[in-house]
Amino acid sequence: MASKVIQALYNDDDVLMHAVKKVRAEHHHIEEVYTPFPVHGLDKAMGLEDTRIAITSFMYGCLGLTVAIVMMNYIMIEDWPQDIGGKPSFSYLANMPAFVPIMFEMTVFFAAHLMVITFYLRSRMWPFKKAENPDVRTTDDHFLMEIGLGDNEKELTALLWETGAVEINVTEKES
Amino acid sequence: MGSFIAMALGLICLATGFLNAPSTVEEAKEMVAAAHDDGHGSGHAEEAVHVADDAHGEEHDASHDEHLLHQLQNRPWAALYVGAFFFFMIALGVLAFYAIQRAAQAGWSPMLFRVMEGITAYLVPGGIIVFVILVLSVLHMNHMFVWMDADTVAHDKLLQGKAGYLNPTFFLVRAAIFLGGWIAYREISRRLSLAQDESDDNSNFVKNFRWSAGFLVFYLITESMMSWDWIMSLDPHWFSTLFGWYVFASMFVSGITVIAIISIYLKSKGYLENVNDSHIHDLAKFMFAISIFWTYLWFSQFMLIWYANIPEEVTYYIARFQDYKVPFFTMLAMNFIFPILVLMNSDYKRINWFVIMAGIVVLFGHYLDVFNMVMPATVGDQWHFGVPEIGGILFFGGLFVFWVFNTLTKAPLQPKRNPFIEESRQFHY
Repeated sequence: MASKVIQALYNDDDVLMHAVKKVRAEHHHIEEVYTPFPVHGLDKAMGLEDTRIAITSFMYGCLGLTVAIVMMNYIMIEDWPQDIGGKPSFSYLANMPAFVPIMFEMTVFFAAHLMVITFYLRSRMWPFKKAENPDVRTTDDHFLMEIGLGDNEKELTALLWETGAVEINVTEKES
Repeated sequence: MGSFIAMALGLICLATGFLNAPSTVEEAKEMVAAAHDDGHGSGHAEEAVHVADDAHGEEHDASHDEHLLHQLQNRPWAALYVGAFFFFMIALGVLAFYAIQRAAQAGWSPMLFRVMEGITAYLVPGGIIVFVILVLSVLHMNHMFVWMDADTVAHDKLLQGKAGYLNPTFFLVRAAIFLGGWIAYREISRRLSLAQDESDDNSNFVKNFRWSAGFLVFYLITESMMSWDWIMSLDPHWFSTLFGWYVFASMFVSGITVIAIISIYLKSKGYLENVNDSHIHDLAKFMFAISIFWTYLWFSQFMLIWYANIPEEVTYYIARFQDYKVPFFTMLAMNFIFPILVLMNSDYKRINWFVIMAGIVVLFGHYLDVFNMVMPATVGDQWHFGVPEIGGILFFGGLFVFWVFNTLTKAPLQPKRNPFIEESRQFHY
């Protein structure tokens, strides 16, 4: 189904921030904002929910730590004990200091990689996906705010011009 | 306005000083009494061992007795030294943090500069006290530094090899250079900081930047040598190449924690109205990060020694594992597991009382860290955590609080003409 959206372009992040606040104050629903770089505080201005990726990161880290502990116990103690540097591997606890770097690395590895994968899945991104970007200039020096349009085109256009937009387009959007 | 703040603060700090003063005198008396008791106790121990002597070789037991006597006599000294060094180390850590902010021309922190300057003021009394303790050690008032005893060195090949560096004269000269340099930078920077308030250009600010950058070079070298001299040489046979960093991490995290605690305290009394939760959040981030950094260094030092298993090195940890199990593992829990779990959440770092509670635990953890560095070499297995130790904490804690708050009253708490003050005021995360 195609829906009508209005796209306002800005060429300064401060102007964009003020525009976002103003448009929200007028109770219009901002569907998306495209920016060439992360704009500090934009998520709060748009009223987006806080990210929960930190929680997943913590859980992945715990998983990585557990995997490292179990793995080292199996490899170094149960399956093939060796005598390294006069420290025979008979007990996990007595050899534990040697495993700490591995525990640390696995924790970081799991947390980082799984967090990135989660982020991609959650934002519906994958290799060779066609970009959803409505205007290539947002990858260079322009900021684009996209607002869903009902029958209030005229009023909204006026509001957006007032907020300092440098260009306004109304287009059909597939979704 | 500045004077009003100063007067009100003066009242607070006087009250704090008075609250701490009685504990000082009492504890000082307690300390003397404890030292006396220790003398008696060791006397008895000597007799008891002498009775049992007959069957054994006399020479060995006599030297053992003397060793025990020295350890027991060391205890109040070591307790004094741990307390003196711990609070001195906080001021020194803050000085490093302050110099880094200056050298980096940080925009978020100028709002806290006066707090940091207040804390570094303690370098003067704290440094002098530590120096006096070191001089008294050189004068053989105690047996904390065994290498200072010419008799011991005469029978020790390793110590003879180190005598070119580890000898009493050079030791005191170095200590004087370290302390002189640190205190000089502190005074210069403070003066420039205050002059910047009154001036009409940024020349004082620029000068302060240059002094700070120069100081950091001096500090990184001298801090490392200080940790060898003042702490590592307590175990003169033992050495660790990253010991300087390890002590640095400890003083850095303690210093940052104290900045956070004092800032929150002043804010709660209505003085630092422009310090917001984001400033506290940043300090708490540093507390978290440097706690992890400390753990990293602690573990790096431990693992290398554990793995290599060289007798000279590994005795250091054997003493701690066998005789200091409780303080050793408590310290690890307080300095690593506690901060990593408690300070991980971003929202908690903005809750002021939460940061204070975490900070108190971290400070005790690092007190225990210093305790574990000093005690095994000085009192061996004769350690207790009792009246002299608590007295040391109370006395130096009281002096620290009095001196710091007294200095805080001497200047307006918000710098007026720092070029970054507006950025700092608006700082938000």
